[in-house]
Amino acid sequence: MSEKEVKNLEVIFEARIERDDKIEPKDWMPEKYRKTHIRQISQHAHSEIVGMLPEGNWITRAPSLRRKAALLAKVQDEGGHGLYLYAAAETLGISREEMYEQLHTGKAKYSSIFNYPAITWADIGAIGWLVDGAAIINQVALCSTSFGPYARAMVRICKEESFHQRQGYEIMLTLCRGTEEQKAMAQDALNRWWWPSLMMFGPRDEDSPHTAQSMKWKLKRKTNDELRQQFIDQTVPQADLLGISVPDPELKFNSETGHYDFGEIDWDEFWQVVKGHGPCNKERMEARVGAWEGGAWVRDAAMAYAEKQEKRKVAKAS
Amino acid sequence: MKNQDLYIYILGIADNSLILGQRLGELCGHGPSLETDIALTNIALDLFGQTRSYYRYAASLAGEGKTEDDVAMLRIERDYRNVLLVEQPNTHFGHVIARQYLFDVFHFQLMTALVDSNDETLAAVAAKGIKEVGYHKRFSGDWLKRLGDGTGESHEKMQEAIDHFWPYIAELFDTTESDERMIESGVGVDVATFRESYYSEVTDQLKEATLTVPENPYSKKGGKQGVHSEHMGYILTELQYMQRTYPNLTW
Repeated sequence: MSEKEVKNLEVIFEARIERDDKIEPKDWMPEKYRKTHIRQISQHAHSEIVGMLPEGNWITRAPSLRRKAALLAKVQDEGGHGLYLYAAAETLGISREEMYEQLHTGKAKYSSIFNYPAITWADIGAIGWLVDGAAIINQVALCSTSFGPYARAMVRICKEESFHQRQGYEIMLTLCRGTEEQKAMAQDALNRWWWPSLMMFGPRDEDSPHTAQSMKWKLKRKTNDELRQQFIDQTVPQADLLGISVPDPELKFNSETGHYDFGEIDWDEFWQVVKGHGPCNKERMEARVGAWEGGAWVRDAAMAYAEKQEKRKVAKAS
Repeated sequence: MKNQDLYIYILGIADNSLILGQRLGELCGHGPSLETDIALTNIALDLFGQTRSYYRYAASLAGEGKTEDDVAMLRIERDYRNVLLVEQPNTHFGHVIARQYLFDVFHFQLMTALVDSNDETLAAVAAKGIKEVGYHKRFSGDWLKRLGDGTGESHEKMQEAIDHFWPYIAELFDTTESDERMIESGVGVDVATFRESYYSEVTDQLKEATLTVPENPYSKKGGKQGVHSEHMGYILTELQYMQRTYPNLTW
């Protein structure tokens, strides 16, 4: 293809994005669009499956059978989200094995929030309420993203996430209506998860290198700071309703802007965790790599069995 | 308790699902593939769903305002009635599959028979669970074949797992004294009547999976009398952690 032809395709492509047409896997797309989408969708898929770990830890310890079943169902949903997201990324010409390889070698990232430990039952509530709450804000914006398979996966995922968020809030509400000890457990969880949740929206706009291009491709509809503000505005009244306090002395409603003003995020902590030195980065990767390597013989067996079955079928037919 | 035998009979069924569910719950996020991870989580979810129906029923018999969670989580180890098979650890995926398959075949037969119990509640729970258990058996049976007839390594691992679990099967077909009274009254199921068909089904499947049927004549039992393996205390430690640490709270 000549340079001129590529240029023409790019113009057509940009016009389609402008018109809000969906881009489908077989359509022509700029190489950078493909790469950016692989990066973002796989990162999202990795976040789902790494996210199974901190909550999965509580399945055997859930305080009641009802909570245990709900938690299992939730973690199972996350596995399902991982599946469709990997499938969406595969349509762009990368295999699941390659994506795992990138995760395991640290080349691909996942949401840093899952590098924090879930140490009490209230953390399961806080993760649902805050982490899923923040994820929804990011994801609702993606339901109308330009890449068709991703947008469609997001619609389905958002529905389930909003259920998880309500479930998490309900755990918090039960704790806050319980004994002093339970309420203290809820407050402690909010204290530990609040700031990491705000960090989920990524660096400040001026420090976010991909924002401009992603906005242009409608892979992002709002900037990191806009989404973070939306999350804070939505979540603070929910904390008030619970009767627990957000651990930010500078948090204050600004009647002029109609938004909450808030304190400075500890960006050193943010970068420390992103760079692999958070409380559980090592444990999360060990768990993922361990599952993958420990399961190699199982996957090999399944493959060998399928091949044998295929040969038997052919032998029978001939 | 007036219905002591029935209460214990329900626990004998429910505790198997509870403890196996706990074991499967440990695996969540650690499976050899995302698909198997999701499937095993789903099986755990089915099992816990079933236990809730049983424990609610048991709690209603126990009276004194007891709840499903009291019955499930606040007993001492000696009062849990599950077979030793289901409490054995997830040593590797072959063990997970062997334990599951050997239990699922039994569980399916039990549910099939329990549908005809003259206890309406038990019959209804069984009728609801039977489809789920049929799916569990298909999943574990398929994996038994894949691993048995997969690679040399998987064959060896699967055979070792089957050999390991074989002595635990016998306990599935034991009946306690209270079981006998339940069978007599038409509530309970006489598991001894399907022992033969169990072994024949499992033998066929093992052969199809190119595995050798163990000839080990010894058996390991005790769970039905509440005498468990050393693993059980650790399972209960996790299961009961919240209820024991924070007694009488609502979650």
